[in-house]
Amino acid sequence: MTDSCTQIIADYAFRSLGYGERVLPRSDFTLCHEFTLIGSGLIWNVYFGTLALFFGFFAATALALAKASPRAWLRRPAEAFIFVFRGSPLFIQFFLAYEILVQLPKAGITLGGLLIPTDWTTSAWAGALLVLFLNTSAYSAEIFHGALMAVPKGDIEAADAYGLTGWQKFRRILWPTTLRLAWPAYTNEAIFLFHATTIVFFSGFPAYQQRGDALYYAKFFADKTFNPFIPYPIAAFYFILVTLTLIGLFGMINRRLNRHLPGQSRPKLRIRPQIIR
Amino acid sequence: MFDICADPKSLEGLAWALCYLTTGKHLLFYGSFFVVLALMLIVAPIALAFGFGGAIAARSAFLPLRLFGKAYTAMVRGVPDIIFFLFVPVAMDQGLEYLRHLWLCPPSDAPLWSKGEFAVCAAAKLPLSSAPQIWHEIYGFFLAVIAFSVVFGAFAANVLYGAMNAVPRAQLETAEAYGMTTAQVRRRILIPQMWTYALPGLSNLWMILIKATPLLFLLGVEDIVYWARELGATKSALYDYPHGDWRVWYVLALLVYYLGMTKISERVLDRVTSRLSKGQATMAGEAQRKAAA
Repeated sequence: MTDSCTQIIADYAFRSLGYGERVLPRSDFTLCHEFTLIGSGLIWNVYFGTLALFFGFFAATALALAKASPRAWLRRPAEAFIFVFRGSPLFIQFFLAYEILVQLPKAGITLGGLLIPTDWTTSAWAGALLVLFLNTSAYSAEIFHGALMAVPKGDIEAADAYGLTGWQKFRRILWPTTLRLAWPAYTNEAIFLFHATTIVFFSGFPAYQQRGDALYYAKFFADKTFNPFIPYPIAAFYFILVTLTLIGLFGMINRRLNRHLPGQSRPKLRIRPQIIR
Repeated sequence: MFDICADPKSLEGLAWALCYLTTGKHLLFYGSFFVVLALMLIVAPIALAFGFGGAIAARSAFLPLRLFGKAYTAMVRGVPDIIFFLFVPVAMDQGLEYLRHLWLCPPSDAPLWSKGEFAVCAAAKLPLSSAPQIWHEIYGFFLAVIAFSVVFGAFAANVLYGAMNAVPRAQLETAEAYGMTTAQVRRRILIPQMWTYALPGLSNLWMILIKATPLLFLLGVEDIVYWARELGATKSALYDYPHGDWRVWYVLALLVYYLGMTKISERVLDRVTSRLSKGQATMAGEAQRKAAA
């Protein structure tokens, strides 16, 4: 062991963001190296997952409403969008998005006298985030649409009887019930979205200056040491932690969504890996 | 392939397109679509068998077997499947080579993972470095099949375990009341009856399997993604068919291919679902009964 572990952590804890030591370790890989760097990469997974999930939530709500709309000009595009993103592999979506973004003019686009730079779109933090956002919007929209269709008829009749219409009916009756019904499936989607963030750096988007995610560094160590039995289980360990955290957080929201129900009839969160990409 | 293609530089328009799309590399590209189809068709039954074994094990009365089954079903829940796709082939390869190392190599004290390679003697390498290229490719494909089967077996085990628990208790109790043993109940009632409950999950799994096939690219198999990138890349005037960066169009073709696969699968699975719901005590079965009456 050449360095002390605290020194390694100081050098590499934020390596995935470009801080600390520039050169990745070349030899004498210790467990500390692997834990620190793979954990450093996890920052990117959390970044992609959190932001895509956050923005995707609102887009998915809008898409689900559009899909449930009786107006064809709203429904058809929403259906097509959901079909394309759910019907094709995320891996291919990443490739395609990257190739399209590369085609944008390097110098930027002039729009109404305003120069919009385009070079940032091909970097993973923006391009991959965009794909993940669109992808999770489609998957979540399907979940929300299913839940919206499952809102009990009585709830809607009661809202009508109270004279609620439009936005108020949606905000007070439809939306909370939809969320409540969709939440177990949506928890699943969140978990698998975080899992899906691991393919970002294997799908065309370059890891600039070797700043990659957890799996990128795990593969780095596996390739360098030729021993897959240490880095991959470490990455797996980190992802189990992420999964447990997500279940905890979503469970809290689930309890809040169902707080008016007696304990027995509250739906339990169960992970069913049926809904993955 | 065609006589007119002898001098590609002189071709124009349709003839150029015809010749371009039938070059040797393009034929390999079309062939790789069959590699993907083959992977799906080989993996599906193996994964189903793995899943079946896992689900039966998770219900076993024998504790170690039950723990193994539970661990196998839980495995894919917390950990991204891509980690398994990267891990299983290398681990399998090294495991097999280690067994051959014990069998074929002269005993040595050298550490196995040293100097950036898996240090087994040349005789233990799989496939042997003297083997023809085709064996290397078949071996790579074989490892990919194992990796896919293990991961999708775990998914299938989840689905089948849930389906077995969903078979109405009353049906099993009736069978017991007729004096059937546990094994008989399992063989005659539980397994035939579980399929209708398993089908939504299994058809979803098939869709996921379709969408997981581009990950073959990560395993170093020359699949459709590999060829699309290879063929689409800019070809300078040195090549017979020079063109700009066409990767967008090639990847777009892959996207359309996958959307088509999804659409066809949806149609077929809808049919199978309605066939299996026939006469079942489920909502779908009830709806069919009412429609017929």
